[in-house]
Formats: sequence, C-alpha cells, structure tokens
Amino acid sequence: MAQDTSPTLVCHLDDIPEKGARRVPTAAFEVALFRTSDGSVFALRNECPHKKGPLSEGIVHGHSVTCPLHNWVIDLKTGQAMGADEGCTHALKVTVGEDGKVYVALPALEGAAA
Amino acid sequence: MKEKLVVVGNGMAGMRTLEELLKRAPDKYDITVFGSEPRLNYNRIMLSPLLAGEKAFEDIILNDWDWYEANNITLRAGDPIVGINPAKKTVISGRGRELEYDKLLLATGSEPIIIPVPGHTKEGVITFRDMGDVDHMISASKTRQNAVVIGGGLLGLEAAYGLSTLGMRVTVLHLADHLMERQLDSAAGNLLKNELGQRDIHVVTGADTAEILGEERVEAVKLKDGRSFDADLVVMAVGIRPNTWLAKSHGIETGRGIKVDDHMVTSDPDILSVGECVEHRGLCYGLVAPIWDMAKVLADKLAGIENPGYTGSVLSTKLKVTGIDLFSAGDFQGGKDVEDIVFRDAARGVYKRVCIRDNKVIGTVLYGDTADGPWYFQLLKDEADISDVRSTMIFGQGFEEGQAADPFKAVAALSDDAEICGCNGVSKGDIVSAIKGEGLTSLDEVKTCTKASASCGSCTGLVERLIGFTLGDEFVADDGPKPMCGCTHLPHDDVRRLIKAKELKTIPDLYQALEWTTPDGCSSCRPAVNYYLLSAWPGEYVDDARSRFINERVHANIQKDGTYSVVPRMWGGLTSAKELRAIADVVDKFDIPTVKVTGGQRIDLFGVKKDDLPAVWADLGAAGMVSGHAYGKSLRTVKTCVGSDWCRFGTQDSTGLGVKLEEETWGSWMPHKFKMAVSGCPRNCAEATIKDFGVVCVDSGYELHVGGNGGIHVRATDLLTKVATEEEAIEYAMAFVQLYREEARYLERTAPWIERVGLEYVQDRLMRSDEERLELRDRFLKSQEGAQVDPWAERAKGVDAHEFQALPSPKQLATVE
Ligand code: SRM
Ligand SMILES: Cc1cc2nc3c(=O)[nH]c(=O)nc-3n(C[C@H](O)[C@H](O)[C@H](O)COP(=O)(O)OP(=O)(O)OC[C@H]3O[C@@H](n4cnc5c(N)ncnc54)[C@H](O)[C@@H]3O)c2cc1C
Ligand code: SF4
Ligand code: FES
Repeated sequence: MAQDTSPTLVCHLDDIPEKGARRVPTAAFEVALFRTSDGSVFALRNECPHKKGPLSEGIVHGHSVTCPLHNWVIDLKTGQAMGADEGCTHALKVTVGEDGKVYVALPALEGAAA
Repeated sequence: MKEKLVVVGNGMAGMRTLEELLKRAPDKYDITVFGSEPRLNYNRIMLSPLLAGEKAFEDIILNDWDWYEANNITLRAGDPIVGINPAKKTVISGRGRELEYDKLLLATGSEPIIIPVPGHTKEGVITFRDMGDVDHMISASKTRQNAVVIGGGLLGLEAAYGLSTLGMRVTVLHLADHLMERQLDSAAGNLLKNELGQRDIHVVTGADTAEILGEERVEAVKLKDGRSFDADLVVMAVGIRPNTWLAKSHGIETGRGIKVDDHMVTSDPDILSVGECVEHRGLCYGLVAPIWDMAKVLADKLAGIENPGYTGSVLSTKLKVTGIDLFSAGDFQGGKDVEDIVFRDAARGVYKRVCIRDNKVIGTVLYGDTADGPWYFQLLKDEADISDVRSTMIFGQGFEEGQAADPFKAVAALSDDAEICGCNGVSKGDIVSAIKGEGLTSLDEVKTCTKASASCGSCTGLVERLIGFTLGDEFVADDGPKPMCGCTHLPHDDVRRLIKAKELKTIPDLYQALEWTTPDGCSSCRPAVNYYLLSAWPGEYVDDARSRFINERVHANIQKDGTYSVVPRMWGGLTSAKELRAIADVVDKFDIPTVKVTGGQRIDLFGVKKDDLPAVWADLGAAGMVSGHAYGKSLRTVKTCVGSDWCRFGTQDSTGLGVKLEEETWGSWMPHKFKMAVSGCPRNCAEATIKDFGVVCVDSGYELHVGGNGGIHVRATDLLTKVATEEEAIEYAMAFVQLYREEARYLERTAPWIERVGLEYVQDRLMRSDEERLELRDRFLKSQEGAQVDPWAERAKGVDAHEFQALPSPKQLATVE
C-alpha cells in the first residue's frame, strides 16, 4: 500500500516543459509531473485509470491531460476521468516555492525505510 | 513611563503599521525607527513611474519630516540595525547606537535575488529595489545605449519600460516560455510580448543566462545556448527573497521568511514582524495588499485591542506600464470541474479569462480591457455564487447591472449603430432591418444579404445571437460545416483560410485573432492548428512539440504497456545484410522482445524502453538507417514489387521508382498518414490500388492512381491519369501530395478527402495546366527544404533529451522545513 509522505524536492520548475510533463520514478510507482500554461504544477500517478496508459506522454491542455492511448481526458488536480468516462488515478500534493523549487508529497512503500 | 517600540525598516510595512497604531493608541509608545536607506519613507511601488519619468521623488514620499516630528517618532535614516540582544532586549545599530526596547518590530522587507553567474559582480550589474537603483539607472541612461533586463516578471518589465522611455535599447531575457508566467497564462503572456515588441522592447523567452561578459564593466550577456546580447547596463530582476538575516542570526525562528503567527508575533513574544520579510502560514508575499491587512492586525495587537488575527491574502496583480492594461488574480490552481470562460475581441486586442469552480470565481486574467478586474476580484474574494450571471458575466459588470442573465440581452443592449462586423462595416441596425425587411431566417442568408460575418467570421456568434433575438422562436440554427472542436465556432476550412488571410503565424496569435474560447485549445485542435501553420508557413513556423501527439513528439509508436516500437526506413522495401546485421545487434544489445516484418515491407522492433530510444537510434543511424516515420502524419512506406529487374512479367523498374518516390517525399508533414506503392505490372503485387498514391506500371508507361485506403472502409483508388515517363510520375506524386497538404482537413486521409471534393476537382487542379501543377510541385519542394532531417539522428545527439529521461528518483525523502 502506498501512502503520501512529506514533501520531497523533485526538481526545478524549469525542468518541466510548459504544457508538458516529466516522469519521476519512486519506490511505489512512477509519478507524472505536469506543468500547465498558466504555470501550475500537478502530480499524478503515471497510470491512466482506463488501461494504465502513461499520462506523462499525453497532450496537456488547460488543467487536463489527454491520455496517449485512448484519449481519455484526466483532470490534473484530482486524477479523475472527465466527461462520460469513469475512473481515478492517484493525485499527489505539489508545492512550488518562490524560488521555483518543486516539492511533491511522494508515495512511500509502507514499511519501507524512508 | 511609555513603553519603547523600536522599528527596524523605514519601509512601507513598518510605516503603515505605525500609521494604523497612531490611529488606535497615539500615546502608548515611545517610538524609534531605524532605516538602512538614507531617506524618508517613500512609496516603493512608485519607483517604476519614477524611473519612467512620470513622477518625481517628492510625489512619492509617504511621510515627511513633519509627520515624524508631529508624532514624536525618532527617525534614524541611514543607520541600519546590525544586532539584537533578545535577553537584554536591546538593539545595536551600524553607527554603534544601542537602544532598549519593550517591543521590537522587524519590517526589513526583502532583497533582490542575484543569480550568481560568472560576471555578476561586474560594474553595471544592478537590481531594481530602491531609490539608489533608480538613480543608477537614470544616470546610466545618459551615457549608455544598451540595457539588458534579466527576468520578465512584473519588476523586470517595469524596469524595461522605464529604461526604454529613458532612451535605452532594451532587451528582456526571460527564462520561462512566456512573460510573467506566475501571473499570466500563455495567451496573455504572448499578447504582452507582442505589445512590448511594438514598443521596441525586445523580449527573448526561453533565455537561460550563462555568463556576464566584459572587462571591469559589463559588455554583454551570454546565454547557455550560445546567443549573446550587447549590454552596458544589466538589471537583474529575477525575484526577491525575504530579508531574514537579522532575525535568523539572533535566534528568531525563520523559514523562507521570519515566522509569525496570526498576530504577527515571532518566536520571541516581544518581537513582531510585518511585511515582505515574514512567512505566515507557510506563505511569503511580494505585494503591498497583504501588508495593509497585516498592518491592521498588528496595530490592534500593539494597541491591546482584540482581533481575530490575520488569515492570509488573495492577491491581484497589475502591470504599471502606461498603455498596457493587464490584470490577474487568483491562484489558478484549478481542478475538478474548473471551467474557463474565455472572451477574445481580436479587433480591440482584448483577452479575458475567468476560471470558475462550483459557481464561484477562482481566478481571472484580463488583457487589453481590465475595467472589470476589480469586479471579478471582488466576486473571487467574496466567494460569491455567480450562477445567476455566469452566462453573461464575461461581458463585464456594466452589462450585468440591470440586465437579466440572458445572452440575447447582450445584443439587445447594443445601440442600432453598434458595429457588429468590423470587416465589412455592418451595424446592428443594418442586420436587424435586413432580417425584418427581407424575411431572412438563417446565418447564410444574412451573410449573403448584408455581408456580416462573411469575411473573417469572428462575429458569427454575435450575428447568430442577433438573428435569434430578432426572430425569437422562428430562428433555426445553421447547420453548415461543423466547428473544429469545442474551442471555436470555426470549421477547419475557415481556420486554414484565415491563417493565410490574417497572416497568423503562431498558435497563440491564432487563438487570439480567431477568438478561441479556451486558453490553450484542446488535444483535438492543437495538433490540427500546429499542422495548418506548418503547412502555411514552411521554413518560418517553428513546430510546437507540445501540440503533437506522443508518437510524433518522440518519433516512435507508443505501445499498450508504455514501451515503444521502432521502424527504420527501408527504401522501397529494400534492405541489405549490413542493415539486417545492425538491426540484429540492436535487438541483442537492448534486449528487444519482438521483431516483426510489417505489412508495409519493413521491420518493426517492439517493446523498446523509452529511455533506450536515443541509443537504439544512434546504433541504427551508424549503419545508415533513418526514421521510417511509422508514427507520423507523414509519408509512411512506398511498397514495391520486384519489377523488371527480376520478374518475368515486369514492365518497368518498379522497385527503382518506389525508392525515388520515397526519397523525394519522406519527411514532409501531412494532414494524415500517406502511403504509396509501385507495382511492376497490372497483377499489382504491391497492392498499389489501395494506396494514397499508387503507380501501376504498364508497357507504355505509368498509370497513376489516387485515394485508395485499406483500413476500416476499404476504398480502391481512382485512376488520375497515365504518364509516359518516371519523371512525370514523380512530378505528379509531388503535386498531388502538395494539393493534399494544402487543402485536406487535419486527420482526413486522401480517400475521404477525394470523396468530399470529387476526383474531377483533383484532376482539374493537377491537369488543367502544366504551370499550375509545377507550381504545386515547387511549393512542395520548398516545404521539403527544412523537412528532410532525420529526427532520430537529432535525438541521438541530444535534442529534446528531457523527453527521454525521467527525473532522478529522490532517494532520500528530504523533508522540507
Ligand atoms: C506495424 C503495422 C502492422 C504490421 O505489423 O504489419 C501496423 C501497425 C499499426 N497500425 Fe496499421 N500497421 C501497418 C500497416 C497497415 C496497413 C498495410 C499497409 O500499409 O499496406 C494498413 C492498411 C492500408 C491503409 O492504411 O490504408 C493499415 C491500416 C491502419 C489504420 C487504418 C487507416 C485508415 O485510414 O482507415 C490505422 C488506424 C489509424 O491510422 O488511425 C492503423 C494504425 C496502426 C497503429 C499505428 C495503431 C496505433 O495507433 O498504435 C499500429 C502501430 C504499430 C506500431 O507501433 O508500430 N493502421 N496499417 C504495419 C506497419 C507498416 C509500416 O511498415 O509502417
Ligand atoms: C520597483 C518596484 C515596484 C513595485 N510595484 C508594486 C506594485 O505595483 N504593487 C504592489 O503591490 N507591490 C509592488 N512592489 C512591491 C512593494 O513595494 C513591496 O511589497 C513593499 O514595499 C514591501 O514593503 P516592506 O515594508 O515589507 O519592505 P520595504 O518597502 O522594502 O521596506 C523595508 C525597509 O527596511 C530596510 N531595512 C532592511 N534591513 C534593515 C536593517 N537591518 N536596519 C534598518 N533598515 C533595514 C530596507 O532598506 C527598506 O527600506 C514593487 C516593488 C518594487 C521594488
Ligand atoms: S490491425 Fe489493429 S491490432 Fe493489428 S496492428 Fe493494426 S491497429 Fe494494431
Ligand atoms: S489507457 Fe488511457 S485512455 Fe486507455
């Protein structure tokens, strides 16, 4: 079981392309880190609720990403599928410091030494 | 005896707090203020207009000597505090004064961040924070020419504007992809960049400063990508950092700022803090609005009045550059069910966006017309329910007041001479009288009769509403061509036409000019628009990777498990021992699970890990192989049969022609994928009659076939024409591809395209004159000039490296304070 832990420094804002994403491997699962055109940053477990498509590879528009495999549209903030589709992927809390450093509440494996 | 209050910092927060305190308890304290700056308390935000020559120093003084005197405040200007002794409750000043306090107020503000690139200490490198900096800039402008401002945020742009009004040539270097990225979305950021460009302020985005060059004094700024800009003045405006050293070095708890509770009390109960230097509930602020709120709470605290405490502030931003209207508020951290209402008026250069969640405004960006900024901001702060006004609120408060929530009322409210169609000068009165007088009922009729919305089409929505309003229930909505997607009312063909007519050359410009209703489109229109721009402006338009589907962005096909497939080109289906050997080696080296011969006569390597792609390509490239574009809306394969070289029925060299066709047409982006084939005789072993362009060789020459498709709906080709030579066959192929590139809709294969426009149309365009066909061919060749670059070779060399590398895994979970 994965659980969120305290914020961890993962990168600088400039490491993520605008309207793009980066992947962050963690012990529990891969995290996708998105940056939208208005400068917000979001983190999701990098698995589409449909058939586990890697969301980091999708097109980012507004505050959503379109899955590269079958075009489900996922809400970046909540990880929920939008429109008629149903399902949800794990959303993680992100904080961006004034200095542009990006912190994510990364998942840790329960019992694993943190 | 009065209590002693010592204030460190003669700035905006410190003095505002005193003003508030004096209103509440004028005689409670004996007050002394220490300030590092050797002058009176002035309005820091007015330094920008001061720099631009729109104000003088006297105009921006907040409190003059008389004020200090009248209130019995001792001002020690130009004497900073350098030490605190919390145990003795004293402070020590730079000039050696030691003074006791009962209450100490730290209002030390913040300091500008200086990026420590090589050369940052050279003469002529300054920041923009205080009056001293402004003096420096004004005197530099008298003798120097070129200024470079590093940082395109609020401060940087105000500095740039000031310096340019002082006559300097100004370049702004900005790291992010668009200006003021913390306050603006990319649509507004791009409008701003265009506007500054028109005022001769040169803005460079994506600019990462590497070094500041020069002897003693600065001479140029060099970027990491090698570009360099002349500079004899450099203003660093990359951000601020709370000024905490005094607190920190004397045992007061600090994080990013000096930590305070809801009553502005620090970890020491007798030491308080206010302004930009504080960190409250994890947040630091860089604007004055929160200071006004904090000052009131703190004044109550000092005066001994009950106060529920400070809970944080919602911010709004304006840019103080004369003639540029820009407003932004809210945190834009949207989420589930956040809806955007976007309004664009291309003619007036207006862009407005309001973000709504649960019927509440949560953020707004306004450009060009900010009159309603305060109204939206108020709705935001009040968390007001806007369901009653939502359908029309984007038109503004003026419209809202006294009007019911009905979009038709928006047009009803317009006067008869209000211009509806700017292109053709048609007013509301013209349209209404035409509808009534001629009995018009549809958009098309109104277009034909009045010319309204017959040109650029951006007023279509307004005209439709006008018809609806005039006719009431009789109005039947038009069912002409469908809009491209939910972000616009324009169909594909109109967008293509307008790109040319209005010379639209970037996606943000297009979205603004054509009044898109979303800030940055969606996954359906962005790739389409990117393609249309690419095909309209070859060699000029810079492809936008963020508007491409994953396969085209990373030049490989994504598989169901997130791995990729790699298909190198095998020209005309030919391969060699060398190529096969290289493929075998790559398969072994990278542990590639599946190797398959495709239906397109080449070899597909399945299950390649994303991070391995560049290395796989490097190895294939070393053996001479290039991308097969098996992922692209572009030329896929040219299938061939053996032809006259070996086959006993072969009439022509079908393999050779296939290779030539592939060499001429690879690399070009198209509306959809494009496949070709050449068969050596009518037995047609290469299946040329279900290809987009197929050649069937016969004794007397070459039959050219177009518009075939396998896929879900099989369509056999139509015979386009017959030609005598290979050269003509190739010429026709190029002209046909170009016609398809220029006129088909995005994601329309040649088969549905030809069904739509008719074979006769295509034949007419390609055959009515040799001249026109050759023009098409030449335009194709022109577009190919920059297109035939192997994307794999580029990426093997490091282009877009971030696409292929995951971020390093944070091994230790370092906790942030
Ligand atoms: C690999 C291959 C199958 C094979 O193992 O033989 C293949 C594999 C795919 N085909 Fe195909 N098609 C392959 C030959 C064909 C052919 C045969 C041909 O080209 O002669 C056809 C019918 C001819 C045609 O296109 O008219 C064909 C008709 C399609 C279609 C339907 C197109 C249509 O217009 O209806 C799709 C779906 C689409 O493109 O939207 C498709 C889509 C796909 C995709 C891209 C599905 C996807 O989106 O992931 C598959 C990607 C595989 C990959 O990762 O490499 N594939 N596909 C063939 C690659 C040929 C090559 O060397 O590039
Ligand atoms: C050019 C410019 C334009 C701006 N425009 C806007 C705007 O349009 N809107 C907006 O909301 N905000 C704007 N700001 C920001 C705004 O000015 C600040 O938020 C505000 O001034 C912060 O007030 P403060 O009292 O916390 O800090 P300051 O006003 O910086 O005051 C702190 C003072 O403390 C002094 N000090 C520091 N350490 C010591 C020490 N040890 N001993 C004695 N004195 C010390 C400093 O010298 C300084 O005078 C602008 C800022 C600048 C520089
Ligand atoms: S036929 Fe279907 S399953 Fe087979 S490769 Fe083509 S798209 Fe994939
Ligand atoms: S896996 Fe994401 S849409 Fe199917």
